[in-house]
Amino acid sequence: MEQAYFHSVTLDKDKCKGCTNCIKHCPTEAIRVRSNKAVIIRERCIDCGECIRVCPYHAKKAVTDSPDILKGYKYKIALPAPSLYGQFGPPYSRERIISALLQMGFDYVFEVARAAEIVTQASEIFLQSDDIKTPVISSACPAVVRLIQVRFPNLIDNLLKIESPMEVAAALAKQEVHEKYGIPYEDMGAFFLSPCAAKVTSVKAPYENKKSRVDGVLAIKDIYLPLLELMKKQKGGVPEPFSLSSAIGVAWAGTGGESDALDRGRRIAVHGIKNINDILEQAVQESLDNIDFIEALACPEGCLGGPLTVENPFIAKVNLKNEIEKIKKSDAHKIKKIESVDEFIWKSTVEYRPIMKLDDDMMKALEKMQMIDELTEGLPGLDCGACGAPSCRALAEDIVRENARETDCIFKLREKVSDIANQLHQID
Amino acid sequence: MNNVIVRDYDIPANDFTAAGEASSSVRKILVQLGVSPYVVKRTSIAMYEAEINAVIHGHGGKAHVEIDGSKVYIRISDEGPGIPDLELAMQEGYSTAPDSIREMGFGAGMGLSNIKKHSDIMKIDTEVNKGTTVHITVFFNAI
Repeated sequence: MEQAYFHSVTLDKDKCKGCTNCIKHCPTEAIRVRSNKAVIIRERCIDCGECIRVCPYHAKKAVTDSPDILKGYKYKIALPAPSLYGQFGPPYSRERIISALLQMGFDYVFEVARAAEIVTQASEIFLQSDDIKTPVISSACPAVVRLIQVRFPNLIDNLLKIESPMEVAAALAKQEVHEKYGIPYEDMGAFFLSPCAAKVTSVKAPYENKKSRVDGVLAIKDIYLPLLELMKKQKGGVPEPFSLSSAIGVAWAGTGGESDALDRGRRIAVHGIKNINDILEQAVQESLDNIDFIEALACPEGCLGGPLTVENPFIAKVNLKNEIEKIKKSDAHKIKKIESVDEFIWKSTVEYRPIMKLDDDMMKALEKMQMIDELTEGLPGLDCGACGAPSCRALAEDIVRENARETDCIFKLREKVSDIANQLHQID
Repeated sequence: MNNVIVRDYDIPANDFTAAGEASSSVRKILVQLGVSPYVVKRTSIAMYEAEINAVIHGHGGKAHVEIDGSKVYIRISDEGPGIPDLELAMQEGYSTAPDSIREMGFGAGMGLSNIKKHSDIMKIDTEVNKGTTVHITVFFNAI
């Protein structure tokens, strides 16, 4: 499989009915229906998971690792995303969830929330440097980074060039385990407990094509029930096993968490892929000169609304809020100051992927654009999706790219059939 | 061969919700043509500023765009009040936008100088009480 185009989001052909729900919602027009089945155009997909959310037949799914992957490692480290805490109601505190992870077979738990706090501190230092381009756009959501790579090359320089909390967590967890227990690095496996598909892609095919320090990604929905069962059986006091993050890190799971934690400038928290697209359009036109930081999370309500979560995002939000209030009151968990951020700064930048380009030769691209204009003119303009493309213009583009025919349009087909019928009639 | 992509847009008066749609649409075309990100950016910024000017000052207007293999030419025309002192209007920070517009974050008076900065050729035809036409050209290869 070509590494550059690995995707977590895939299609279950047997379940697909060939309807038009997914093609209409894809933010990069990466899906077509061909021969009554959806087809994902690999190079366009940004793994946002929007199609998983809208498919009424659950034919779109995210490929994650099976819990069996744990068996391959001697020492297993769980890296729970903070959104995991929002999945369970009041009796199931963060401490109980972490204890249950240990009961489940993990040897160590390192909260991604702890790494998020470090990313917050690193971001504050990064934002003070002189050569940054504002608005700085958060790089925590991989779907947003990929959207920028394919649609907004001019904003690549605006990205926050700091590793994601997941990567930082994997690095620090392994270091901590090595120092505490002397476990050799090669015996360890670090597993991210993920609310989303895009993180799977970031682990299997990182932007910079270097190796991720995460060894596997488990879907929150796959461990939800086993965790709940274990928690129900927990008796008496629950040991507080590890140093836990402060409220700041836990809040990263929801919208506003990352941006509120930063203590400088005008910051906005945008969520939902369409809203992000709109704000990035404005950023490209440089009409956001009074905004310093954009937190951008592709899912509605941030990671709490991730396609691999279980709980309704609004309920998850109140669950998380309760947990945050509790942490704030207890005062037990203070943020740990870091000395240097250098090791978490991106060593290179992400590349522009010009996948929308019609042709490498600009004169040919111009010709194709003219053909698309003419074809679009002749199509009904209903954007009905019956041809399998999300809009009439997208069909015109597909025709010019030689991936579709004009008669894929049912209106064009009807015209043609009627012409043939007339001709036959004249022969009579 | 004469390969020119032509687009015409209406710029509605006082409608900020639609402002920027024309420049956004042109940006997408340039990306599809494989124009360099740097040129796409300059064009988007220059065109957006001119579009916003037509919305704020010109009671709306029209945008006409021509793209060929070497450049993008944009003409934004309105039938607004015109610019009495063009030299003054070109200065950075000069603005005649009313407070209501400034409160929305527009009208900081960078418009015309910003268009000039992001285009290779800028020409303005203006006549008081008749209207203003801004011509913007951005070349694909640096000249």
